[in-house]
Amino acid sequence: MSGALLSVQDAVVDLPTPRGNLRAVDHVDLSVGAGRTLGIVGESGCGKTMLSRAILQLLPKKAKLSGRVMFDGQDLPQLSPEKLRKLRGQSLAVVFQDPMTSLNPVLTIGTQLIETIQEHLELDLAEARKRSIELLAAVGIPAPEQRLAQYPHQLSGGMRQRVAIAIALSCEPKLLIADEPTTALDVTIQAQILDLLAREQQRRHMAMIIITHDLGVVAGRTDEVAVMYAGRVVERAPTPALFKQMRMPYTEALLAALPKLDAAPHTPLPAISGRPPDPTRPLKGCSFAPRCRYAAGRCNTEKPALSAAETPEHVYACFHPIETRARVEA
Amino acid sequence: MAFFLAWRLLYLVPVLIAVSVLTFLIASLLPGDLAYVILGDQATPENVAALRHDMGLDQPIWWRYLSWLGHILQGDFGRSFRTGQTVLQAVTERVPVSFELMILAELIGLAIGVPLAIACAAKSGSAFDRFMTGSAFAMLSLPTFLSAILLIFLFAVELRWLPATGYVPFTEDPLANLRFMVLPALTLALAEWPGIMRVLRSDMIAALQEDYIALAKAKGLKPSRILFVHALKPSSLTLVTITGINIGRLIGGTVIVESVFALPGIGRLLVGAIYTRDLIILQGVVLLVAAGFVIVNFIVDLLYAALDPRIRHGHA
Amino acid sequence: MATLELSLDEQAAEPARRKRRLGLLFWFAMGWMVLVFAVAILADVLPLPSPTDMDMLEKRAPFSAEHWLGTDGFGRDELSRLVHGARISLIVGLFAPVIGLTIGGALGMLAGYFRGRFESIVVGSMDVLLAFPPLILALAVTAYLGQSIFHLTCILGVLGIPAFMRVARAATLTLARREFVIAAQALGATHARILLRELLPNVLLPLLAFFLLAVAVTIVVEGALSFLGLGVPPPISSWGSMIGEGRESLDVAPRLAFIPAIAMFLTVLSFNLIGDTLRALTDPRQGAL
Repeated sequence: MSGALLSVQDAVVDLPTPRGNLRAVDHVDLSVGAGRTLGIVGESGCGKTMLSRAILQLLPKKAKLSGRVMFDGQDLPQLSPEKLRKLRGQSLAVVFQDPMTSLNPVLTIGTQLIETIQEHLELDLAEARKRSIELLAAVGIPAPEQRLAQYPHQLSGGMRQRVAIAIALSCEPKLLIADEPTTALDVTIQAQILDLLAREQQRRHMAMIIITHDLGVVAGRTDEVAVMYAGRVVERAPTPALFKQMRMPYTEALLAALPKLDAAPHTPLPAISGRPPDPTRPLKGCSFAPRCRYAAGRCNTEKPALSAAETPEHVYACFHPIETRARVEA
Repeated sequence: MAFFLAWRLLYLVPVLIAVSVLTFLIASLLPGDLAYVILGDQATPENVAALRHDMGLDQPIWWRYLSWLGHILQGDFGRSFRTGQTVLQAVTERVPVSFELMILAELIGLAIGVPLAIACAAKSGSAFDRFMTGSAFAMLSLPTFLSAILLIFLFAVELRWLPATGYVPFTEDPLANLRFMVLPALTLALAEWPGIMRVLRSDMIAALQEDYIALAKAKGLKPSRILFVHALKPSSLTLVTITGINIGRLIGGTVIVESVFALPGIGRLLVGAIYTRDLIILQGVVLLVAAGFVIVNFIVDLLYAALDPRIRHGHA
Repeated sequence: MATLELSLDEQAAEPARRKRRLGLLFWFAMGWMVLVFAVAILADVLPLPSPTDMDMLEKRAPFSAEHWLGTDGFGRDELSRLVHGARISLIVGLFAPVIGLTIGGALGMLAGYFRGRFESIVVGSMDVLLAFPPLILALAVTAYLGQSIFHLTCILGVLGIPAFMRVARAATLTLARREFVIAAQALGATHARILLRELLPNVLLPLLAFFLLAVAVTIVVEGALSFLGLGVPPPISSWGSMIGEGRESLDVAPRLAFIPAIAMFLTVLSFNLIGDTLRALTDPRQGAL
């Protein structure tokens, strides 16, 4: 853990709401080594976005974060706003879900790129402009020079997300957090954007966290996967190990919910029945128990802790892990 | 954009015609007759009949409207039967005073309202924000003529810093002109800033919740740049809208302020014409002010379209 | 997304907090309202001197047992004029918006329900009315018609029509697409029945909230006209004309301008506060503003 670029230790995010305290992130431990990729997977509302905001120190004002977020040897929550500002955008970058809302509609692409570059790098306007053009070209935007004077609404959704990626890459970050980077895009564009992210991650030797609800997204593109449910990490493993033998019934259910290309036509999708628990009313036992088909006995009275399977890297939180049935490779 | 412009221009014509009809009708509401008003004590039936004929008052009303409109289209708005001055002369003489007053007032209003809105939005929910929002709400209930009295009492009667009434043209003595203009402009500005502040504040608070602000923070930009460029620029469109909406009230305000501070502007011309029953001047001024108001609103619409890149590029 | 759920929660929290915070001020406003209404209604019964009797020996008299708030420049009792002025402010301030509410509300509902050419004509003619700065139009019409409380009320009422029309039309437009209206149409209800039974009760609430704000605006405009000497004809006392007369003696007796000014400010503020609270309650979207 100590050698990691980012390590989240025992992170808890609490949000006061009119209906009571909402624990969005519940004692999460994670780490990413330099140049490595981590996928965080879970349904809507499982706390994965709150976790990413906690890492970026962009939580809503009312939210309370406890635990440590060590990045590059510094504990982010303890940093002064000024030090944090120098770090963000420079070595810690982010790509949000919807490029339509995450790019400022009334500023040109050029302004939004150049302001980031000039904030962190000692470049004059002409150099920053040149770098912006190179970045736009690198993320596959045709006619990059003309784009600088354009506004976000003049670009297609995929192009906008490429611009957002160019902004994130502009100062050679050590860690890029991509928060559902393809959810708002057309299916046909999604693979292109994911491949672009993977390519740039390799080329720049940066670490990357991909946050998604789609196990298929992380399958071939990450070194490690953490599955989140109701604010907790319920299974974490190196990607090949996870897909070879998933232990947590929730992970299995997530995978089963993916549409398969080789399935017979008109096969109904096995959706996960029920809804995630109300985060303001924590359950006594395992949070997934009400929806889990293996749940029995102490699942409803006791919370399972993360424990290791056959290798120490593969951990899961379940009393009745899936043992025998081998899963098909995804 | 060209289509938008053409459509708005086309809409302007019927509105202006309707405005002229309404102005004419109001003037025709007069119980009794214009001839009686003009002749006053010397009104004998013969005199009145002769004057009515001279003025065309014995013609049917639609004919009178058309001939009146015909004169106006040739630039003839009529002539005061009290001073002999034409409406156009009287108006062009006084327009600079009213314009200066309105521009100064709007500038002061913006100078108070915009920084307060930014400060409140940046610290929304704080004690300062709540105090300023409350003050703005209270100020909205303070009519212009009340703040005029308050300012006169404070600065002219008690402190004796500024003159309560009087006017010197800017071209003669700019400093003296500004001395006379400060209190009237401040009076109007006191009615302007609360609206500016309230709308801009809520707009900026909404903007600060946007994803692009989160990204701007994640990019490590300075807080000042996030506030002034990323949050304020999208909201600046709102400023244009508020300014446009305010113009009607501002014109009404100048009538009161010019009367209270004895400034020789359009408002005072209008009120004076009512006091002396100078109905030709009154009719001309009302028509010109309404037409000006319509055209200014039209310009504000265009400005709004020109400022918003989404409308400018036809994506709206 | 988790963030989305949270932002919804925050919005839900907002109006609840506002209601509590506005509580005390709201009741102060209600208290002042009750007081003003009471003295205005009871003006003739209260043991007050006549508001128009002049006493040239007692010009600008200070506060005394005989004249609680002193006398004005013509030796008239200030308190009595203030109380009778409240009556004028309330008569004009309430009746004029009633005209706007009735005509504007009806036009807006019909325009929003029937749409088509009728709607275009209504909206277009309102645009013409809006082309005049309100105070200018009010001044011009009073100048031609002559000063009287009746004329003043009618003019200010007509000026309010466009605003009421917009509120009613906007509310009707959204309501007309709702299930209960479509269901009534499907059941063969007549237009009149749908308008009166289904739409009116729902449009009335936002209209009434807006009515209170319109009262505040009307009182201000009436005050401005009377202040200029072009509102209610003398010697009737109105807060606006009292302030206008008091302006002449700001240096010797500022209270003559400031007492009616305070009364007017508090009244306008109260109507605004109550109206704003009601509007926030009837329109949840405005709650966070």
